[in-house]
Amino acid sequence: MVNSVNNGDKLIDLIGVNKSFAAPEKGRIAVLQDVNIQVRRGEIVAVLGRSGCGKSTLLRIICGLTTASSGKVLYRGRSVRKPVPGISLVFQSFALFPWLNVLGNVELGLEAQNVPPAERRERALAVIDMIGLDGFESAYPKELSGGMRQRVGFARALVVNPDVLLMDEAFSSLDVPTAETLRTDLLDLWVEHLIPTQAILMVSHNIEEALLLADRIVIFEANPGRVKAEVPITLKHPRDRESVVFRQLVERVYTIMTTPVVPSEAELARLARPTIGHRLPRVTVAQMTGVLDVINQPANAGSIDLPVLAETLQMEVNDIFPILEALELLDFAHVAGRRVTLMRHGRAFAEADIQRRKVIFGEHLLRRVPLAAHIRRVLDERPSQRAPSSRFLRELEDYLPEQDAEGVLEVIIDWGRYAELFAYDSEAGIFSTENPGAEVET
Amino acid sequence: MRLFSILQSARAPLDLPNRWDIVVFPALFGLIFLLAWGTHQMAAPYSLGEPIQISLDPAALPQYAARTVLRMAVAMVLSLVFTLTYATLAAKYRRAEQVMVPLLDVLQSVPILGFLSITVLGFIRLFPGSLLGPEAAAIFAIFTSQAWNMAFSFYHSLRIIPRELYQVAAVFQLSSWQRFWKLEVPFALPNLLWNAMMSASGGWFFVVASEAISVAGHNILLPGIGSYIAVAIQQQDLTAIGYAIETMLLVVLVTDQLVFRPLVAWADRFKFEQASLGEAPTSWVLTLLTRTNLLRRLLVVPAWFWEWSVRQFRRLPAKPFLPRLRLRITRREARRLDRLWNWFLVVAAAVSIVVLTRFVVRETSYVEIGHVFLLGLLTALRVIVLILLASVVWVPIGVWIGLRPHLAQHLQPVALFLSAFPANLLFPLAVSLIVIHHLNPEIWLSPLMILGTQWYILFNVIAGAASIPADLREVSANLGLRRGAWWQRLILPGVFPAFVTGVITASGGAWNASVVSEIASWGIHTVSATGLGAYIALQTASGDYPRVALGIAVMSLYVVAVNRLVWRRLHLYAEKHLTLG
Repeated sequence: MVNSVNNGDKLIDLIGVNKSFAAPEKGRIAVLQDVNIQVRRGEIVAVLGRSGCGKSTLLRIICGLTTASSGKVLYRGRSVRKPVPGISLVFQSFALFPWLNVLGNVELGLEAQNVPPAERRERALAVIDMIGLDGFESAYPKELSGGMRQRVGFARALVVNPDVLLMDEAFSSLDVPTAETLRTDLLDLWVEHLIPTQAILMVSHNIEEALLLADRIVIFEANPGRVKAEVPITLKHPRDRESVVFRQLVERVYTIMTTPVVPSEAELARLARPTIGHRLPRVTVAQMTGVLDVINQPANAGSIDLPVLAETLQMEVNDIFPILEALELLDFAHVAGRRVTLMRHGRAFAEADIQRRKVIFGEHLLRRVPLAAHIRRVLDERPSQRAPSSRFLRELEDYLPEQDAEGVLEVIIDWGRYAELFAYDSEAGIFSTENPGAEVET
Repeated sequence: MRLFSILQSARAPLDLPNRWDIVVFPALFGLIFLLAWGTHQMAAPYSLGEPIQISLDPAALPQYAARTVLRMAVAMVLSLVFTLTYATLAAKYRRAEQVMVPLLDVLQSVPILGFLSITVLGFIRLFPGSLLGPEAAAIFAIFTSQAWNMAFSFYHSLRIIPRELYQVAAVFQLSSWQRFWKLEVPFALPNLLWNAMMSASGGWFFVVASEAISVAGHNILLPGIGSYIAVAIQQQDLTAIGYAIETMLLVVLVTDQLVFRPLVAWADRFKFEQASLGEAPTSWVLTLLTRTNLLRRLLVVPAWFWEWSVRQFRRLPAKPFLPRLRLRITRREARRLDRLWNWFLVVAAAVSIVVLTRFVVRETSYVEIGHVFLLGLLTALRVIVLILLASVVWVPIGVWIGLRPHLAQHLQPVALFLSAFPANLLFPLAVSLIVIHHLNPEIWLSPLMILGTQWYILFNVIAGAASIPADLREVSANLGLRRGAWWQRLILPGVFPAFVTGVITASGGAWNASVVSEIASWGIHTVSATGLGAYIALQTASGDYPRVALGIAVMSLYVVAVNRLVWRRLHLYAEKHLTLG
């Protein structure tokens, strides 16, 4: 390893961190559960997990933007309750101030520390030079490309000489080659000790990215967010992503991410009987159909490896996860390890015509998704065969935070409309059983 | 080293004045002189009843124009200060918000010209023996015509600042003072500037109307274009009115070129967008200013002041002011406190209604109150009919212009300019026609109400039509939509949101204008129409304050009710369903 690691040098220490949000009636919803992570001097640690697993919340707790519900967050042994000078953050969306030019954006952090103007300028120019923004000092963010903007984001974070640099999906809004270049440049600065930063904690959903940078990978499990496994990476920098060792590591991390942890009893019960509050993946019917069609291609014969599937669809594996989750939920496909297999009904769906597909989808929706069955039952029971969406939203909020509840309702509306289980009038916010086609004037 | 070369190259051209400085230098000193002279004149000794001579000599007009502009400028500065404080408090404290925002909404609907006469006495008492009293009253009237909607715009902007930018401010530990000037104000600036421009357009109307005030039998004529025209009306001098109109046109044009255009061009960088869309606005004045060395040197002063202020306000706590998420309050104590606060507000509102009613009823009767409501209905009828008429005229024209981008680009500033021109300068022309031709004032005075505010409809429709995506127009052409369907399915829905925005402004302006347009005079002749505006104007002239209060209250009620029941619903509907992506 390039930087020597001493176990006594804990810069960041998370001890039993929990985070939950208040939900009306249901009590609280856990976002993070019993998270224990240490970041030591000289380390790059990557927290890897699917989107929505609470890893961004974790970063925001570490830098003091929000506080943990319980547990301890220590920076150099002191509790973090609000932002502290030694920790800075790079944002996924860059979060630059559009009215300040590059120099102004970089100087921003120094200004808050009351560094005198002359020194401010000098230090900012030095960092701008170092990060490769030389000549762009007076450019405004909107004149820059995405990669250059994120360079400004890095310069702004580094100019305050942070002890710990936090990166929240810092490369994921960039195109692949741009991300690669920026990553390499950052790594050079780090390996050559050109920046005074002592440790980097990054959050990512991209396995390769984590493996290229990190000395240790913490794999996160979602709902509630918790640590699933830790994988130390001892490869020397620069790492060759084509090398056998690297590919093997990718496979290993893949497997860990996709294999379910041995669930606790409570969870087993939850999984066995999905409630109406089941957090439906945000996936459209078209996406599901696309994946099913690929698996059903003669060449694949109803079974396919995840990476091959990803490549065929030209998608990131991480973005396929929610689609597979939906397919499993509907009993159309089954995922075991890295292999996706079409179930009987999945094949029938893939081979059916448009009308028949709707029928199959509708049957499975009613049978496998309690929320769909619930909405349909309520509509059938009512003489008017109509019900306001607020009624179901309130029920969902017993299980989920407000925003997630709205999201789930949107998904079920999309699925239910497709299956023609019910109609939904978005202007009035009313579910009904009537055939929407009957009303539309021609 | 790179670092030094930058600093040196930046320093070199600073030393000598360049040719641009030769233009800007005298202009700047001229401005400073004008300011000193104007403020000195404002504080001249004066006691109520003392006549102020207004000369109709056109040579005096530049001087009057300068005083009018100065009033306007002072009011604008005050409005800005008010906006930055009031809106910030409203956006950051939930309980303050509960009171401050509805209050702003009501204040926005109060006819300003009605309570001018009430405030002027207060200000005269505040500055005894000085012209500052009436000056302050006039400035206050202009202020009230500008401050509310600027404050609203700032308040709304504060609420939509992206969370990530707040997080940046928090991570880098900006103090709340730094955050205010580095994040909140810049974010709100483009919108605020647009609203300030709109307010200034409206402001010219009120500056003209508030310079010639009659209080308790005394006529106060503050030197300015408004007083000039008032005297011209008394003397039935059409030539002088012509001069005043020309001067005013010039003043509006010059302020647009020297003040607003450069500001708009400069504020373009504050637009919160990731990529620049369309052409950036330009201004020759801004270009000139940025090329001078003088200005760059003068900028050192605010920079120094900024550093000083940061040091002063370092200790201002930054924590509690993050804008709230729309989370439900689950904590029981907070709920109970909320309930208590709500009850307090209800009681306070009830008490003030009772007090006001008693004040009014002591002098008048319930029958009269009913009568005033009836008058309000008449004025409402006028406003509605006129808005409809103006819409019928301007919507097709606006669409026609808006669909021709080249034309729209040139004509939209013209419409904006027309809306800035104070229509009350044209009233005497119309009134003289009514007097000469013995026309029915009930009908022919009405159009005056909308004379100045119809332009809001026009330029909003132009903007709306211009923003209809080309795709949709091509699709309609491709489908071969006929004239009727084309209007019904594409154009009307497309311009509707912008149209509603324009109508809200236009109708608010029309209510306000009714106070000066339902009753007007030409020399010794006075013509008046039956309506709430005429009622308020008459009671103001005779100094009957309970009746003035009654008139204002009823008018505010009408405006608020129409806003709530009609315009706001249309606006919400348009925003929800007809906004083009």
